[in-house]
This record gives sequence, structure tokens and C-alpha cells, in this order.
Amino acid sequence: MKPFNLFPYGSNIHFMRLRWVSLTIAALLMFVSLGAMVFNTVRDGHINGAGTFNYALDFTGGTVTELHFAKPANVDDVRERLSAHGFRGAQAQNYGSSNDILVRLQAAPGAAARTADDVLNAVSTPANPAKVTKSDFVGPQVGKELALNGFYALCFVMIGFLIYISFRFELKFAIAAIIATLHDVIIVCGWFAISGHEFNLNVLAGVLAVMGFSINDTIVVFDRVRENFRGMRATPEEVMNASVNQTLSRTIITSFVAFLSMLALYLFGGESLRGLAEAQIIGVVIGTLSSIFVACPLLLWLNVTKQDLMPKAKDEAALARRP
Amino acid sequence: MLVYGRTRYIVAFLVLVLSVLYSLPNLYPQDPSVQITPNRGAKVDAAFEKRVETALQGAGVTPKKVEIQAGGELLVRLPTPDAQIKASDVLRDVAGTNYVVALNLASTVPSWLRAVGARQMLLGLDLQGGVHFLMQVDQKAALEKRYESYAEDLRVLLRENRVRYESVERRPDNSIVVAMAPGETTVTAQGLIAKNLPNLTNDIAGNTIVVRVPDAEIQRITTDAIEQNVGTLRNRINELGVAEPVIQRQGTDRVVVELPGVQDTAQAKRILGATATLEYRGVVEGNAYDAISSGNVPPEARVYYRKELGPDGKPIPILLNKRIIASGEQLVGATSGYDSQSGTPMVSITLNGIGGQRMFDYTSQNVGKPMAVVYIERIPEVKKVDGQEVRTIRTSEQVINVATIQGVFSKQFQTTGLDSPKEAADLALLLRAGALAAPMDFVEERIIGPSLGAENIQRGLQAVGYSFLFALVFFLFYYRMFGVITCLALLLNLLAVIAILSVMGATMTLPGLAGIALTVGMSVDANVLINERIREDLRLGLPPLTAIAEGYKRAKGTIYDANMTTILAGVALFAFGTGPIKGFAVTLIVGILTSMYTAVSVSRGIAALIYGRRRKLQSIAI
Repeated sequence: MKPFNLFPYGSNIHFMRLRWVSLTIAALLMFVSLGAMVFNTVRDGHINGAGTFNYALDFTGGTVTELHFAKPANVDDVRERLSAHGFRGAQAQNYGSSNDILVRLQAAPGAAARTADDVLNAVSTPANPAKVTKSDFVGPQVGKELALNGFYALCFVMIGFLIYISFRFELKFAIAAIIATLHDVIIVCGWFAISGHEFNLNVLAGVLAVMGFSINDTIVVFDRVRENFRGMRATPEEVMNASVNQTLSRTIITSFVAFLSMLALYLFGGESLRGLAEAQIIGVVIGTLSSIFVACPLLLWLNVTKQDLMPKAKDEAALARRP
Repeated sequence: MLVYGRTRYIVAFLVLVLSVLYSLPNLYPQDPSVQITPNRGAKVDAAFEKRVETALQGAGVTPKKVEIQAGGELLVRLPTPDAQIKASDVLRDVAGTNYVVALNLASTVPSWLRAVGARQMLLGLDLQGGVHFLMQVDQKAALEKRYESYAEDLRVLLRENRVRYESVERRPDNSIVVAMAPGETTVTAQGLIAKNLPNLTNDIAGNTIVVRVPDAEIQRITTDAIEQNVGTLRNRINELGVAEPVIQRQGTDRVVVELPGVQDTAQAKRILGATATLEYRGVVEGNAYDAISSGNVPPEARVYYRKELGPDGKPIPILLNKRIIASGEQLVGATSGYDSQSGTPMVSITLNGIGGQRMFDYTSQNVGKPMAVVYIERIPEVKKVDGQEVRTIRTSEQVINVATIQGVFSKQFQTTGLDSPKEAADLALLLRAGALAAPMDFVEERIIGPSLGAENIQRGLQAVGYSFLFALVFFLFYYRMFGVITCLALLLNLLAVIAILSVMGATMTLPGLAGIALTVGMSVDANVLINERIREDLRLGLPPLTAIAEGYKRAKGTIYDANMTTILAGVALFAFGTGPIKGFAVTLIVGILTSMYTAVSVSRGIAALIYGRRRKLQSIAI
């Protein structure tokens, strides 16, 4: 029985010959993403970090309340009642059925925090009573901390990768892996900056988890590079090429399955998980491409040679013992 | 060759059995139920149970079961959440004030499973419905207050020991400066301070003593403040009647409060958000109306206003001493009841040692004079000044009670002469509310309606189910026999993750479910690596058995490195994430750890079981 293959084994695509093309495209994508983020940040003529993404309430602070009315409710009436109760800049919109209305308030300007109860009191009438289905109120200072924590997490992961990969591989591998991972994270962020899709706490989790996935892919390729450097008598370029080709089917299959499970999340997980799934789906696609087209060219660029991986004499025994 | 030792089969079998056993409780649906807990000496007995059953019958609610639990609570299990709401309304009337009636989700896990420690995963608010509050403790106010009380302690100490001083003042740099009276040396005072207030440091500078609060002491004060707040919140929440509330410290100055199943958020906030304190002050004699109109307020007094309205329709003013006798943080408890002598409603109050001492000092000199309780409420406000958000606190002070001191007392005393039991109960509640050490603000509030919770569960499970199905179908199709092996390993992995999370007592949230779906996607990587290696070795012409063995052996290092880095990212998510993100990170980490065992070891065991004995194996389905 012949194995079923999505990709012909023994492929020998000359990825390394394409390295300047692929690195240029990767760099371009990164700059477009960074550019979009910078553009969003300074759009108003001055630096405004709140404009970088379409930050959800988790970060900006404010109140979002979903109400279910007993009878179909008129959005204009709701808006009028809100402004009559002193809610300036309140947005109301229908969602789902005509009985459901979503009310959005900016982070409490000039008044005490307005929360679900205030909104409910304002819009609910005896003729058409409303019920709160869901409500989020976040104070402005909490959001800032969340964004900052996300940044700390990113730094922590990068330093962690640097140490771990330098220890298990070599410094040049660590640098290449980190650049490839950052590339993926930046592009995913860039996507959210360009598309203007809502950036909430779950999206942040998704973006951070992209790092886990992306590094995983890159490490598998690097592992093969390490093995081939030790076993093959060839130039670094040939070693890289062979490594990428040998791991190609694995890379694509894993990514495909991961893609499928994110897709399930995107399709069936409901509104609140959609952002997370979206970040993951883009992360998987970009991460796969970067581990094929970016990671190894970067290694070549950093001039990795066989000597870099030759264990220092005393390490040899220790390396052999490692699983 | 492809061998898998007997011990390792036993281990794998044990893992399988334990995983099944400990993930089993999650299959038992929880009963919506009403829990009635007696307090204030009331008891749940057969007669009470009978009353409850009759009342339910009268309201047309048929309970699934009514049982008295080991802890002395009565548990009424109901078939639907609607019946649960209806029953709780009925039972609140039946139980009256001597019982706490709470909505609950009762476990239906059989006792033999519970006996081995197997339990259900708790459902997060997003899956169950309820409210989430994040409250911030105002540490600055707590410190401020403590400095004031240290300054007061110093004054009392010096006065009692007849050491003359010119002033005791707080400086903005958080020191307290004691200026001695002319002719008085600093030595005696310093000795007194060192002996009586050993936790403070002091330095002599000329004719003054600079008293400082060491950092360790400040640390302790702030920690105490938040601990006391957590304790007070717990008491207040008990009054609300929530079955499984979460009250946790978060970071240095925040408290998370999660109340599953609570519908009336306004009431919850009123009780939690009453950031208030209270002060006992002596009443200064004199006509407050005259003092206000003439502007001639006695130097030791300040004008306060009573809760009651005067003939002019405005609150009655009253002159109170500037010195505080006792404050809310010294209040240990306040309960309402009836005075045993007169039979009128009263509030019985207990102070701590310091408060009791001060009360004793004051009352021994002021019998027959009136004393007032001032209730101070703090309302947080946000204003825009020059485009900057400025958070301010509006303070409202109100005299809630004025009573004549009938005799000398210290820690324990009663306020009598209240008009109604309701007034007594209200006063006791206010007094307890005022016991909060440091004020708190709501910085986050999230409400999830119960129907949305149910929808989220359904969606989350569906997403996990489909992600699993997609992976299984793909593997069966792509790797055939090894696809079956991979799927078995994947199933065991899923079971193990659920079992571990259940045993850990983790709370399942929507992002947690996403984490499981993601784990499915990522943990297959190990099997893909192995299967691809085996294919590669087969192509190189190795005999099937050797190819399998080699494939497993050579993929192991790669799997290890790749997973370690992913776990690193998971740890970062856990360390820096909050709430639901933490849940996502935990499932991810647990899932990857278990996948390292199931994918590498267990799947190899299954492969050995299938192919290991067939020495003349020509080909394998991969």
C-alpha cells in the first residue's frame, strides 16, 4: 500500500536561491505592517497610542451593554432616552434580532462610571422592559495595564527564546528564530491595524499564542538543519535547502491541521472567540511561510557554519545523553 | 527494535484509567438548586423541611429532591433554572431573615467518584452567567488614615506622660514631627516613643523629634488594608446569598469578586460598593443654627448634618468634636436585635482593643453627654481638567445616630432607643459597612446573563468538538493505521487534559475551551513529526519495524525542543495575562505537556501492540 502524500516526497525546491526574494517580501510585509501601525498612531497629527488598533473596551475602558427588550425596540428611541439621561456620546445599535440592542459608552467623561444598571434604568420603560444579556465596564487605568502586560509578555518570551535556543542550538539560531517569530507577530498585528478589526483581550491572547506556534515550526526546521550540518558534507546553503525540503511535508501537514482546528473555532466558537481564532489563523499561515522562507535564509545571512554547531569537546558526551 | 516494556504498558494503562476516572465527573450535569443556610441560631430540621416542601407545593414548583446536607444546610434540587428562580423567591419568604437563601448548582456526581477525589470542573462566569467586579483599594487613603492615627497616638502618649510639646504635625514627606515646648528636652519623649511605639523610627533634630514609619511597616499597613477589605467583602457577600463566590486579591491593591448566578447586579453593587467608613465623635454643646448663622463655631468643633430633616426641611445641623473617639476600622461587629430590658430595637456593637480603650477613656469623663456616629460615604468621580482625566472622590458625611452615654463602657456597648427593627437593622448594616479599612472603587464590571452563558458553553463545546473531528478525519485519511494510532493518542491526550484540569480544580472558561481546541491543533505536531520520520525511514529502505523504532527515536529530540519553546510562550501568557487569558494559558501548557507523553510514548506502545509481534512484517499502513 503506497503512502498517501499531499506533497511529493523528495521535493527539491531551491528555497535558498529564492532567499533574497523571500527576505525582501518578508521585510516588505513587516514594514507595511509597522507602517500601518505607525500611520494609525500618528493619524491625528500627534502621537496617539490609542489609535494604533481598534482597541476594544478591554483596553480603552468604557461600557458596552447588550440589552434584550421584551418587544422590538426602536434604536432612535433608545438613543433619545440615553441622551435624556445625560449619556453623552452614547451609541446604540441593533444586533441579532430587533429586540436586542447594544449600547456603547466611552470611558466616563466628566461623570462617575456609568455601568449596566444606569443604562438599564435609562432605556427600560414599563411598556417595554429590557434585560441585561451581557455588560462590560472597564475603568481606563485597567486597560492601560493590560496593554503594558501584553508588551511585557512579548519581551519575556523573546528573552526566554533567546536563552533557550542559544543553549540548545547556538546564538545565531536564536537570533534568526526570534526575528522570524517577531516577523509573524508583527504581521498579525499589522493585519489588525489595517483591517481595523476589533482588538480585544482574546485577540491579544491569540497574538501571543502565535509566538508559540511560530517558534514551534521554526525549531523543527532548525532541528533538521542542526542534524544535517552534523551528518551532511555540503555547503551551508545545500544543508539549509535539504532541511527545508525534508521538513516540508511535516510543516505543511501540522499547519494544515492547526489551521483546521482554528477554523473550527472561528466558525463555531461564537462572537467572542472569533478575534482569537482570526489572529491564530493568520498566525498559522504566516508562521508556516516564515519557517519555510524566512528562518533559513536568515540563518544563511547570519553566516551559520558547521563550526558553530560543532559541540565543544566536553559537551559532546552531554549532548549525546540528551533526548 | 520495536519493543515496549511491560512496566510502560502498565503505566500507560494506569494513565488511561486515571484519565477516564477523573474526567468522568464532568459528564454529570449539575442540578439548578436552592441552598438554605441557617444563621443566628436557626436550625434546619425535619419540620423546616416540611414547611419548605409545603411552600413549594403551594407555588406549583416540584423539586427533584429536598435534602439536608452534612453541613446543616437544606438543598432543594430543581429540574430547570426557571423553577430555581421561582423556588428561591418562594423560599426567601418562607425562610425569613434567619436563613440565607442562595442559588446554587448542585453536583450530581455519585459518591464513589467523589470519594476518590474526582470532581467537576467549575464553570467560569462566561459559561454560567453572573457578575464579575474588579475593585481597587485606595492604599493612599489607608496610609493617610494610619498616619493620622499615629499622630494622634503620639499626642495622647506625650500628654498622658506629662511631656509638654508645642505641636505634633504630619509633614508631606510622610514623617511626623514632634516639636517640644521650650525648656522640655527631647530625651524623655524619645524614650517614651521608642518604648510605646516600637515599630516607628525616630531621629532628633534640634528641639524636634522626627518620627518615621519604616517601609516594612508601610508594607504591613497596605497588606492589612487589603486583607481587611477582602474579609469585609466576604461578609457582605454572605449577606447577598451567593453559593460559590470568588473573592481574591489580585496584585497589590485589587480585589476580584465573582458572583456566579447573581441576577440583581444593582443590589450586589449597592452592598459591595458602599465604600464607607464611620467615626464616633463627641457632641459639642451649643446651638448649631446660631453657630452657622454667626460663623462662630467653637474651635474644637465642626458642623455636621444629621440624617433627619428639621422643621425647615433641611438636615438638622449638629456640632461635633474634631477629635475622633473611634473609627470604622476599630469596629469588629454590629448586630441588630432587641434590648432585653426595654424590649425596644437596638444595635449591639463590638470594638477592638484600641477602640475599646479610647471609648473607655471618653465615656468615663462624659457620662450623660451625647455621642454621635458619623457615616462617611465616598463616591468616585472622573472629571476632565485640561483634557486630562482627574479621578476625584466626593465625600459625603452624615450623622446617622446620636445617643446619650448612659454609663462607662469600652469594647461592648449597645445603641438603644431606635424607632423600629428596620432602623436597627439598617444602622447595624451601615456600621458594618463602615468597618471597611480602606475605600474601594469599581474599576471593572462584567455581567453575563445566564442564557448567554448557556449559549457560550454550547458554542465552545461545538468548536472543540469540530476541531477534534477535523483533526481525526484528516489523520485517518492521511496516515491510515498510523492515523488510528495518532487518533487514539489524541483522544487520550484530551481525556488527560480534562482529568488534570478537573483535579487541579481549574475553572473552565470560554478561552479555556479555545485553549483545548488549540491544543488539539498543536499537539498533533508531535505525531506528525514521528509519522513523517517513519515514512522517511521507509523511503530510505529500512525494514518497517526498524523504521518505526527509528522514527520514534529520532523525532523525540525535535518534539522536545519544539514543545519547550511553545510552553515558554504559554508561561508568559500565564504570568502576564489576567482572568480568562490565564485559563487559556493553563489549558495550553497542560495540553502540550500531556501530548509529549501521549504522542511519544503511548502511541509507540500502541504501534508496538499492533506491529511488534509480527517479525516478518513486510509493509505498514502509513
